[in-house]
Parts: sequence; C-alpha cells; structure tokens
Amino acid sequence: MQQQVNRLKPFFENIHFEREDNTMMVNFGPQHPSAHGQMRLMLELQGEEIVKATPGVGYLHRGMEKMGENMIYNEFLPTTDRMDYIASTSNNYGYALAVEQLLGIEAPRRAEVIRTMLLEINRLMSHLFWLATHALDVGAMSVFLYAFREREFAMDLMEDYCGARLTHSAVRIGGVPLDLPAGWCDDLEKFCGILMTEVEKYEGLLTENRIWRMRLENVGVIDTQMAKQWACSGIVLRASGVKWDLRREMPYGLYPELDFDVPIGETGCSYARYKLHMQEMRETVKILRQLIPMYNESESQLMAHAPEYISAPKEEIMTQNYSLMQHFVLVTQGMRPPKGEVYVATESPKGELAFMIVSDGSPYAYKMKLRAPSFWHTGLLEDLLPGHQLADVVTIIGNLNVVFGEIDR
Amino acid sequence: MRKYTSKTDVQAKSYYNDRFYVTPTLPRSKASDDEVYSKDIEALSAKFEISENYVENKELVIYIQPDKNVEVLTYLKEELEYDMCMELSAVDYIASRGGFEIFYEMLSMSKHRRMRVKTFIRQKQPLESIINVFKMASWSEREMYDMYGVKVVNHPNMKRILMPDDWYDYPLRKTYPLTGDEAASWYEVDKIFGKEARDIIGPEIRDCAAIDRYDTERFSRLGHEVPFGTDITDGKEPEHTPLAYQEEGGVRFIKKLNEEDSVTIKERR
Repeated sequence: MQQQVNRLKPFFENIHFEREDNTMMVNFGPQHPSAHGQMRLMLELQGEEIVKATPGVGYLHRGMEKMGENMIYNEFLPTTDRMDYIASTSNNYGYALAVEQLLGIEAPRRAEVIRTMLLEINRLMSHLFWLATHALDVGAMSVFLYAFREREFAMDLMEDYCGARLTHSAVRIGGVPLDLPAGWCDDLEKFCGILMTEVEKYEGLLTENRIWRMRLENVGVIDTQMAKQWACSGIVLRASGVKWDLRREMPYGLYPELDFDVPIGETGCSYARYKLHMQEMRETVKILRQLIPMYNESESQLMAHAPEYISAPKEEIMTQNYSLMQHFVLVTQGMRPPKGEVYVATESPKGELAFMIVSDGSPYAYKMKLRAPSFWHTGLLEDLLPGHQLADVVTIIGNLNVVFGEIDR
Repeated sequence: MRKYTSKTDVQAKSYYNDRFYVTPTLPRSKASDDEVYSKDIEALSAKFEISENYVENKELVIYIQPDKNVEVLTYLKEELEYDMCMELSAVDYIASRGGFEIFYEMLSMSKHRRMRVKTFIRQKQPLESIINVFKMASWSEREMYDMYGVKVVNHPNMKRILMPDDWYDYPLRKTYPLTGDEAASWYEVDKIFGKEARDIIGPEIRDCAAIDRYDTERFSRLGHEVPFGTDITDGKEPEHTPLAYQEEGGVRFIKKLNEEDSVTIKERR
C-alpha cells in the first residue's frame, strides 16, 4: 500500500505569494534546525519585517500529565527526565520535592547537598548548551565547539555519579540513591576551575564582538510589563529588570544557606539575557564550591526515613523481613500519599518549573499539572516577534532558551 | 461474563485496597493565622463571595464564583499585588460532581506569597477568559480547552494547541483511556492512507506495551528463536532454527584494531 501524498494536506502551503494585502506567509519549521525542536512558526512578512507570528507547538506532545495520572509516583520520576532533557535533574528534583512536600517528609542533609550539586551542574550544562547552540544560530561557530567541550566535562561528572549523561533520574523521592563516588568532589573542584577560565574565554569571544552585539542588542526586547503578563520566569524575567529568583526569594532545599548573587538585567533584550547567562554560570560555580565542604561535613544517610512511603535502605531490605515486605508493597502497589494538593515551584535553568499534584489518597495522582517555563516563553513569541526582521527570529528563539520537551510535555 | 468496569473513569487504579487503611489528609490551617493572608482574605471577602478558604502547604486557596473570575483576578492584580498568574488549568470532577474545578495559580512578588484561586464549573458551562487581565491565558486557556474541553468564551483564538485541530475528544479527561480511544487508533491511518485503507492496515496499536507472541516480524522471542517473518499462527514452530551470530565470522566493527597496542587512559586528554 503506497502512501497517497495528496491525503496529507497541510493547513498552509509553505509559502503564499501575492496575497491580497501583499504579505508573504513563511512557514518556519516544524523541522527547522534553529527552531530548537519541533516548533512551527507561521510568519506573515511585509518585506523582511514580521507583521504577525503564530507559533504552533505540540509536535512532541507525549501526554506526560496523563502518564503521571496513570503511574505510581516512583514510576513517573524517570518520565520527568524527558521534560527539559537538557537539564533533566532539575525536573527530577522539582518532582521529587513536590511529592516530598505532599508526603510531609524531608530528604536528609547529605542527599540535599548531593541534589543541589547535581542541580547546579545541570544548570551549567543547560547554560553551556544554550550558549553553544545560540551562538551557532547567530553564526559564532567556534563558541559551539568550546562550550560543548565544557558541557562534556559536566556530563562526565553526571556520568560518574549516576551512569547516565542526559536522562539522569539521579534524584529519588526522599533523597538520592547513591553517595558520591570516591574522588568526585576533586573532579568537581577541577571542573569549577576549568569553567571559570573558560567562561572568561567565551566572554572574550562574544561580549565585545561587533557582530554578536549587532545581532543581540535591542533585539527581542521584553519589557517588565510584558514579562509579567506572559508569566515569564527565570532569566527572561530577570533580564527585564525583575529581581526574582526562586532560589533566593522563595527558597527551598539548601539555598537559604548558600551565598550567591542574583544578577539582573535592565534592557530586557537578547544581549541582557546573554550577560545574565554568563554571570549565572559564575554564580553557579560559586555555589558548587560552597557545597563541597558541606558535603564533607554531612552525615551519611541518603534516603529519608519514612517506612510507609520510602523503601528502607538495601541492607535492611536484605536482612529484615518487615523491610522487605514493605519494599515489596511500595514497589508493586506504590505509596499512598495523604489527600491534598501541592503546587511546588523550583528555579530550573529555564525558569519556574512547578509540579502541581492533586492527590486523592490513592497510589495514582488524581491530577498532575506540570508547569514548564518554556511554554509561555514560546507563547510570548506572538507578541514579541512582530516588528522584528526575519533574521532576528532565529536570534530570539535561540535566546529565549526554550526546550520543546517541556513545552509539549 | 466480563467484569464490569466503570466507563466514567478509565484511569489506572490500585488493585488492592486495605479495608482498614485510613487515608491521612494534608494539614490545612486557617488563613487568619497568617498575617499576610488574613489581610488578603479580609479585603477579598469585603468585595466578593469567598465560599471557602484555607492555607494548604503554605499557600492560600480560595473558592470563588465562576462568573466572578475576571473581577477577582483583576482585583488581586491591581489591589492586592498578586501581579502574576503563573498557571491555570482544570481538574476533572465530571464523574463525581459533574464538572471541572478551575484553578488560577497567583504569585505576588512583593509579598513572596502564592495564592490558588479556585472555582467550580459544570461540564458545559462557559468560563470567561482572563486574557485581558493576564496575557499568559492566551496559551493556558487554549491548553485547558484542548485537554479538558472547558469552554472558554471571549478568547480571541480558541482552538487546540497541543493536539491536532481535528482530534476527537479531550485527552486529560478521566473518561479518556491512556492509550487513546477508538478514534485515536484510526487517526493516522485515515490521515495518511485514507479511510478506504482501514481494512488493509488495521487500527494503530497505541499500547506501547502490547506484545503479540505470534508476530515474528516485530517481536523476537527469547529462548525460542524463530526466523524473521515465519508464520507460527498455527502453533507449529520450527523445531530446529539454524542460528548464526554476527560474531562468528561476520563483519567486525573495528577492522584494524590491534588489542596489544590499545591503552586505557586514566584521564581525559
């Protein structure tokens, strides 16, 4: 049976010439390399100027919220990896934190230190990836090579810890599964040193680069009003002059104890966001360096002790009958959290990543809402793109740091 | 006779429930115990009808009338400094209460507080769009319509966002099965090959865990290997299958590898 080509009628042809108002429709994506995923952008052009932009999403829709309602809580955790797959631990952490708050438990201190280390490494991975691909889109190819090299070091650290490089699932509900391997902190320290010098080199390549500034400065200006209207968060919001970092303003985990600055921008343009990414990488290194002594001082417990929700450590499961029974029930039937609702927001590298869980007391969530920051950062394009030139589209999409795994979920 | 299963909720269910288990509830406190929330509640109840309010997990939850959503959110935004709406969506209670619970997740950056504004609408009751108060509703309400079929009125571009425009039914409702319904299994067949090809192709298997033990083209069988594409639907399997693995005289992946010369490096260069 042959495919009948004409059956697949797209809603728009790729290009409409000579419409009545003499604008041109350009269908950008969904298979466009600089759309950073599967985004379809229908652009109406007057010459080279955009008069109307209609972003279309949903090409990576896997129904994660539906899956979350049909899986027991532990089962769903690896699925959250596939949201923001550039920094998957941030999703794992957001989810684990939400479930922990629903259960009313807290991860032990060492677990919290390891989690925070992983979170910040993931932030670096995400920012380096952003820098690399964004610079590549704009035309600075060499930055791509350098930034990916350092990202590789960060991924090696993740690999040494949990064995995975992209989809880590390294955080579990109630703690972390493993302690850090021997010598890992030394590698981390070394990586921090490398990164600090390398960030300087990236800035040397880009910050005062004439072409880079021409392509980024005053392009994609998001003012404070617009950012608030569109529920922007993370760097997009901070670049518009709002000092709002959840790690600082509504802190969770270890962040109240850590010393770091929240850089903010003023202009809200792409260049301001670039500056923020670079400064944030430095702050992240600062956090990582503070965490190493905290790790050494912590007790060795890795999972919270809550027998009705969290399985006992392996040694206990293997030696004590009741722990084994409990573990068996938790794996086959799942934990039964209290009835209630939680909305737990964390600062992921992209912005406010939140998990809303409505629990009716059964092992399956009654409602699981995943709030992904990129969703509105993409919706924003409707308002942001008109008035810009066609060449700026790629800059703006790349600059907003959207990841389609979390937009479509 | 097949066991009766409810069609109003086809979500996964626990197969064993302890008769004596008492489900605990997440502790709730009164809004008046919190200094910020008590003022907010006071100001709100003076102007609007707040049917219920409590603080759950450090966050204020209030219930309002569905026709007052725009007024309440405008008031929250302009008077009470809840200037961002971070999220909105619905929760399906069609089977138990005949409608949806809509929630708006508000954030006040000056007070460092969150508030969840909730309202209940019946299944086909229209809901006013809040797009004039918060622009983010432009996409959120589309998603809510796409996933739950909540009718939002006065939205300039109310159409599906994640699912295709011609998709049948609303995927996040409790009545919608995880692997999709009948219409979903024919969607791509109809779209690509046409309705007339249904008999030839058959419905799409949307259960990713589905295994067909007689299908020797897409499923290999551990322990009892049969050659690719052998018809074993009659139950007769070949007694002896000649097996040839690639390692035995096949093509090697690295042709010129000399194992004595290779070294394992300790550190990345």
